[in-house]
Amino acid sequence: MSEKIEFSLKVNGTDFSIACPPRKTLADALREDCRLTGTHVGCEHGVCGACTVVVDGRAVRACLMFAVQAQGSEVRTVEGLAQNDVLSPLQQAFIDNHALQCGFCTPGFLMLINGAFERDPDICEDELTELLSSNLCRCTGYRNIARAVLQVADKLKARSELAVGKPS
Amino acid sequence: MKTDKEAMSRSSHSRQVRKSAYIGKSVPRLEDRPLVAGEGRFVGDMNLPHQLWARIVRSPHAAGRLLAVDTEAARTMPGIVAVWNSDDISDIPNIPFRATSIQGLGPYTQPILARDRVRYVGEPVAVVFADDPYLAEDAADAVFVDVDEDTKPILDARDEPGEFAPGASTEPVIINKGYGDVAKGFRTAHRIVELDLSVGRHSGIPMETRGALAEFDMVNEKLHLWGATKRPHWNRDRIAEMLDMSPAQVALHELHVGGGFGIRGELYPEDILVCVGAMRLRRPVKWIEDRREHMMAANHSREQHHLIRAAVDSDGHILAIDETLHHDQGAYVRTHGARVADMSIGLLLGPYAVPAYAARAHFRLTAKTPAATYRAPGRFEGSFVRERLMDAIAHELQLDPLELRRRNFIASSEMPYARNLSALETEVILDSGDYSGLLDKAKRFAGWEALKSEAAERRAKGKHVGVGLGYFVEKSGLGPSELVRMTVATDGSVEIVTGAASLGQGMETAIAQIAADTLGVDYSRCAVIHGDTDKIAFGWGAHASRVTVMTGEASRLAAEEVRIKALNMAAELLQCAPDGLFLDDGVVHHVESGASVSLAEVAKALEPASSQRGDRSPGLTAEAWFHNKHMNYPYGAHIALVCVDAETGHVKVERYFVSYDIGRAVNPSMIEGQILGGLSQGLGGALFEEFRYDDTGQPVSVTFADYLMVSAAEMPETAVQILQDAPSPLNPLGLKGSGEGGVTAAGATIATAIDDALQRPGLVRRLPVTPQYLLQRIAEYDAGQHDARQSDDLTGACE
Ligand code: FES
Ligand code: FES
Repeated sequence: MSEKIEFSLKVNGTDFSIACPPRKTLADALREDCRLTGTHVGCEHGVCGACTVVVDGRAVRACLMFAVQAQGSEVRTVEGLAQNDVLSPLQQAFIDNHALQCGFCTPGFLMLINGAFERDPDICEDELTELLSSNLCRCTGYRNIARAVLQVADKLKARSELAVGKPS
Repeated sequence: MKTDKEAMSRSSHSRQVRKSAYIGKSVPRLEDRPLVAGEGRFVGDMNLPHQLWARIVRSPHAAGRLLAVDTEAARTMPGIVAVWNSDDISDIPNIPFRATSIQGLGPYTQPILARDRVRYVGEPVAVVFADDPYLAEDAADAVFVDVDEDTKPILDARDEPGEFAPGASTEPVIINKGYGDVAKGFRTAHRIVELDLSVGRHSGIPMETRGALAEFDMVNEKLHLWGATKRPHWNRDRIAEMLDMSPAQVALHELHVGGGFGIRGELYPEDILVCVGAMRLRRPVKWIEDRREHMMAANHSREQHHLIRAAVDSDGHILAIDETLHHDQGAYVRTHGARVADMSIGLLLGPYAVPAYAARAHFRLTAKTPAATYRAPGRFEGSFVRERLMDAIAHELQLDPLELRRRNFIASSEMPYARNLSALETEVILDSGDYSGLLDKAKRFAGWEALKSEAAERRAKGKHVGVGLGYFVEKSGLGPSELVRMTVATDGSVEIVTGAASLGQGMETAIAQIAADTLGVDYSRCAVIHGDTDKIAFGWGAHASRVTVMTGEASRLAAEEVRIKALNMAAELLQCAPDGLFLDDGVVHHVESGASVSLAEVAKALEPASSQRGDRSPGLTAEAWFHNKHMNYPYGAHIALVCVDAETGHVKVERYFVSYDIGRAVNPSMIEGQILGGLSQGLGGALFEEFRYDDTGQPVSVTFADYLMVSAAEMPETAVQILQDAPSPLNPLGLKGSGEGGVTAAGATIATAIDDALQRPGLVRRLPVTPQYLLQRIAEYDAGQHDARQSDDLTGACE
């Protein structure tokens, strides 16, 4: 169980060589082995979404995936959203709309929404609202998160070429 | 309250717009950037070299004699450094509780590892220390806990009390409060209205579970604990006492905190185990709770049964109230003592004048996770009970429920109004409020009449739509004191150090706004340092909606002093009298000449070795205390429109309105955020959330799949009206706290809206109103109605 295996993980465009037991979750490997602690763990049973990251363009729960399963994939985490210290439009919209309080759930929401925009830049308002109910936040009551998302969605529609936080 | 000097210097600038006028503005939060960038630093994000990981072994039994905790097999597993049971830490005392006038709680405190008996599922019985968290978990599974289930667990606080220990009953105390001639009230009553109500077991459930990281610095013989919050100084002092050290040898440090809501930051067994581990094993020890543990180990709250009776005259005036409370404390008395039960009856009466009152709270232990405060403790429950009672009285007398409330409100001319009751060890004196005025504004804001007619129209079409209002009085600004130290650095930035704490509520921004506004600087240049016992000698932390009031006023006082010092130094630098100077946006201006000097230059001039300093004391810095004996009392109303699916029992909250008078709003959009977040918890408590136990005391709500919280899908469209009609006379800015009012009346409001939707007055008697409860309650209600209401009336879904 605790035999380590060596493999590499590609996160936000960087290769990390890590050695960990096969049972280690992707969330733990990102946090401990890649030192990317922006991905949070809120439940470890796939409900809260705090651990959401984007793997090969899809938002996934990093607590439900083993690190070894992400071998050969492109993983993106909250640390990859800002480019050269400039926040992505979604990150900025979260600040502008007061969409966070403690901020613990925030990385998960950002990645959830990024994953959705990536799959479908024209995602409609209803789908977005529906999407938000897949993650939990205990502080904000969600209304401001929805405002932030709709604001960015409108901008995206206005400038449909722009993909939020895609690595350059 | 402005100083004369300030009034003068500001009036001479009356036409100039002050850039630093931050109080009342919805400026962006200072906290946000690292949090959206994934650069936050929560305790789980912090690691120290050579750290060990702790894992707690928990009791799988609700009640019984602890025969053995066999750690043998676990000890020899790979990566395991130590495994302890209670024999290994027998010198460590139980977790204490805060000073209280309530006697007799001592024997009921919790040991850090169970001794002799286990009392709830989830109770710590052993601790494993390992090099790796996965290995620690493996070893914890190998610890064998042998329990003789010699008693049946008590699972209802209304059951006959049992024996906690020889000579100690499971009812440590009955708290009595009251005043006036209650018997006479009931003797002369036109009607007596009686209700039997209950609230389920909920908790704060922050998204970040608890965690702690401890290190013992052998060079300085100092213990450091990261992951602290809420009450860092109190916790430091208690840890020092428990470990027989000087408080000067213990330092608590707050990192980012993923939500508190009353439950995080209390002193728990795990905090002590981590500290003792770090000291004895000479390596840092880290512990991060998993969610399942959190649900069975962190404080629960809310579960109470209320039997309430009111005597009223024929106009609906309350003559007397009699209340009997059974409070389900769970297995031990924790740091709060009996405060929730105490304040439930101390603050029960809300906005109403009640000539005579008698209440008794049966504070009882059961075989459940111990309980303490959760956002709006005692008031979420009490508002549900009181507002149900008001509705019942109105129904009994065939009066409009809002009119009935109005008749019983305490008038604004009666403020300040001494209740003759105590709560949180203070006298309850309602400081200010216009209850009737707020009711009018709340109705107008929500469009009450239009909502009522909309509901009636939809009901006429076969839908079950209803509207309800819940009125509440909150409390905030709990003292006794807070200290702030403010220093302007030589680059003009401002450091504000406070002993208060942050739970993610935006306190840094609010405090920076007050300080910057008073001093005359850019708020984003103010850094607020909090929650660190090494940075400031005293502090009372973050709880009871106190930070904006207590730290806010101390910051204002300190900023005022710094400003006077700065103007004095600047006057010399600019060769003029301080009177003609004006400090704004970090620059001191001389009004007539237009000459100016920056705050940075003023700070430089005050450096110890500066030749310009003269005999002024060095540093542009000041300390200020704010002391406050009494709480203040914000108040408000919730209004909801709900639709009930009569076939499934599902309640959809369609629209929601909150009106809240908080005296003075420092940052309206942060306050709105507090209210919305509070409301999502209040609605959870009203409709979904509940810790359930089976009849052997096994908890059945230990995952997010079983303990249901509000998601974006359940959160209604909500409008928030922040009012500032009744500033608190207890502090110069008129501040009251806003952290809890989003929760307080949610249960009360949803209950009355459901009654209205189903046209069954008095239907809802307990929270949460789950679909199962609602269907069963409708059947029971209709069976009890002699007018043979036909249950098959009840069809109609919400679409
Ligand atoms: S931590 Fe992965 S879903 Fe909660
Ligand atoms: S902001 Fe605290 S959990 Fe979402």
